[in-house]
Amino acid sequence: MSASPLIEISDLRIRFHGDDGRVTHAVDSVDLSVANGATLGLVGESGCGKSVTSLAIMGLLPKQSAEISGAIRFDGFDLLTTPDQTLRDLRGNRLAMIFQEPMTSLNPSLTIGDQIIETILRHRGGSRKSARDRAIELLRRVHIPSPERRIDEYPHKLSGGMRQRVMIAMALACDPRLLIADEPTTALDVTLQAQILELMRELKAASGAAIILITHDLGVVAEVCDEVAVMYAGQIVERAPVDELFSAPQHPYTVGLLGSIPRLDHRAEQLATIEGMVPNMAQPPAGCRFAARCPFVLDACTKAPPPLIEVSAGHLSRCIRAPLELLVA
Amino acid sequence: MALLEVEGLVKHFVAERSLFGRALAHVKAVDGVSFSLEAGKTLALVGESGCGKSTVSRLVLRLIEPDAGTVRFDGRDLLSLDASGLRAFRREAQIIFQDPYASLNPRMTVGQILTEPLVLHDLVPPARRAERVAELLRLVGLEPRLARRYPHEFSGGQRQRIAIARALAVEPKLIICDEPVSALDVSIRSQILNLLRELQDRLGLAYIFVSHDLAVVKHIADHVAVMNLGQIVETAEADALFAAPRHPYSRALLSAIPVPKPRAKSSRIVLQGEIPSALNPPAGCRFHTRCPYVVERCRSEMPRLVPDGIGHATACHRTSELPSSAAIVPMDGGFSPVLEKLVAAFSGGPEAARGGGVSSLGADPA
Repeated sequence: MSASPLIEISDLRIRFHGDDGRVTHAVDSVDLSVANGATLGLVGESGCGKSVTSLAIMGLLPKQSAEISGAIRFDGFDLLTTPDQTLRDLRGNRLAMIFQEPMTSLNPSLTIGDQIIETILRHRGGSRKSARDRAIELLRRVHIPSPERRIDEYPHKLSGGMRQRVMIAMALACDPRLLIADEPTTALDVTLQAQILELMRELKAASGAAIILITHDLGVVAEVCDEVAVMYAGQIVERAPVDELFSAPQHPYTVGLLGSIPRLDHRAEQLATIEGMVPNMAQPPAGCRFAARCPFVLDACTKAPPPLIEVSAGHLSRCIRAPLELLVA
Repeated sequence: MALLEVEGLVKHFVAERSLFGRALAHVKAVDGVSFSLEAGKTLALVGESGCGKSTVSRLVLRLIEPDAGTVRFDGRDLLSLDASGLRAFRREAQIIFQDPYASLNPRMTVGQILTEPLVLHDLVPPARRAERVAELLRLVGLEPRLARRYPHEFSGGQRQRIAIARALAVEPKLIICDEPVSALDVSIRSQILNLLRELQDRLGLAYIFVSHDLAVVKHIADHVAVMNLGQIVETAEADALFAAPRHPYSRALLSAIPVPKPRAKSSRIVLQGEIPSALNPPAGCRFHTRCPYVVERCRSEMPRLVPDGIGHATACHRTSELPSSAAIVPMDGGFSPVLEKLVAAFSGGPEAARGGGVSSLGADPA
């Protein structure tokens, strides 16, 4: 048995109560764990629940409308029952998050220095002078040129790639144990994306922090993740070490996703497509949620929800037809 | 003869004016761009944000007026067309945009959206219009009964299909696709890419495909033009460019593509420094501030786009001296044998999968 994981999510369920009385089942029985120093990729398409899961970890879901159950154990706390005051001490300190849109997540009326210094003073205390020195040091670590000068600039003066670096610098301000990155490179050009991914790898090697990377880009996943969880309609449908996921996926949805991305080495006339639509999450189907779009569907699939079964060591699939290679043997 | 010939296109936007309206600063969005496109083919324009690729696509349609240069479409000089000539031209060239949410009028039904171009160009007599709308919807894979619905009732992928149907309504020869799949989820993206390709084969359409997703470009384009700060730095057949990019900028761009293969061998060139502003582009070669191969000459003298005689042109002083780029584009190795079969079975539908004759049932859930 290896050391206990840094974060362990068990049976997380999130339901949203809409103004019109409708209940949306956004996340359903999600189990996840991430070890110290590991990178977990959380993959899926719009609305699959990947961002909601990350917001639940950060305690950022609205209390009035979101009904959360299960447990999120992190560093001796259950984040779901931790009082707000304690949660505020953890956020930005041992738990940090970077978002997709660096323009909307930075305060336009404060200099980037003020925003980083605020985080440091809040969690570490000390003098403003020492916090400023640390902020400059952080900007240097994320490769912002002439940080002594840049620190007094406002976000609008920086390019998209620079802003994302500032976001990362801010997230790293208190040496977090867990960094959640929600589509950190989606808004960036491929050359900047390469820079940011390189930076994340470098920082992980230096600090040993664990990362949960939320993305829909399977290329990015292949590049930086150790393990991958694929989400569909609020559930994890497959979880595997990264090599296995890309060479021998065990859920039909993953097969469809991998088949639908254009390859550089393989000119296909037609890309695979996933027909149909995601189910309405106000009334999720009784059986497998992917059944209506699945070419491998059996009658049994629509009768009862499939359990997450271990197909091989560390490789889980929520499909009763796994192992899938038997279907094409 | 090429369907579209663009020669020396220039567009400078005024970025700042003095109190009396005199222009003080210009953004050199497009600065001397030339290319041509054959009927039925796809040219992709690639480059980072702000490189001018979208501006070029709008200049080609005369949605904005160029400062200099010529655009010839089917032998006609576009820039000398009067209003009625321009309207006739718009029947032959259409555009679809990135955001299918913003490009459809929310107050019109899909039927009205598709009928409008038919009426404007007087293409179909009123009695036959409903029939034509149904035909267009079928062409893009939507059911004709959906004509009565409004755009908000559709998903992103379906909306992009409607935008494509609207473009097809006038039976154009050229469609400009400006990031048509960037806002869509992976599985929906492949449907739209398949549709665009199928329509090209059936209708002989030419596409100008503007995209920052290079794997998508490799999949769909015949020809690629790489743009940096308002200029084309390299143009070649897609296969040739992806096999061995020549310009240092193209090398960096293509080497940075993240590929869906863990531990892919990578000789990635991570560019240092920021993209210079088009407001004040660097003298000489516009890439010299970020180029790993820069020499003194690059700082002062602007390189010209020099063709090699076999369809590959590069704008770099050092083209012949640079190291081989054969291994620069990352290899994703295609599919593993198992995945190859699974994807084929996935696309083949239930029959293909059941053909295996295997029944494997997991434990019943409690």
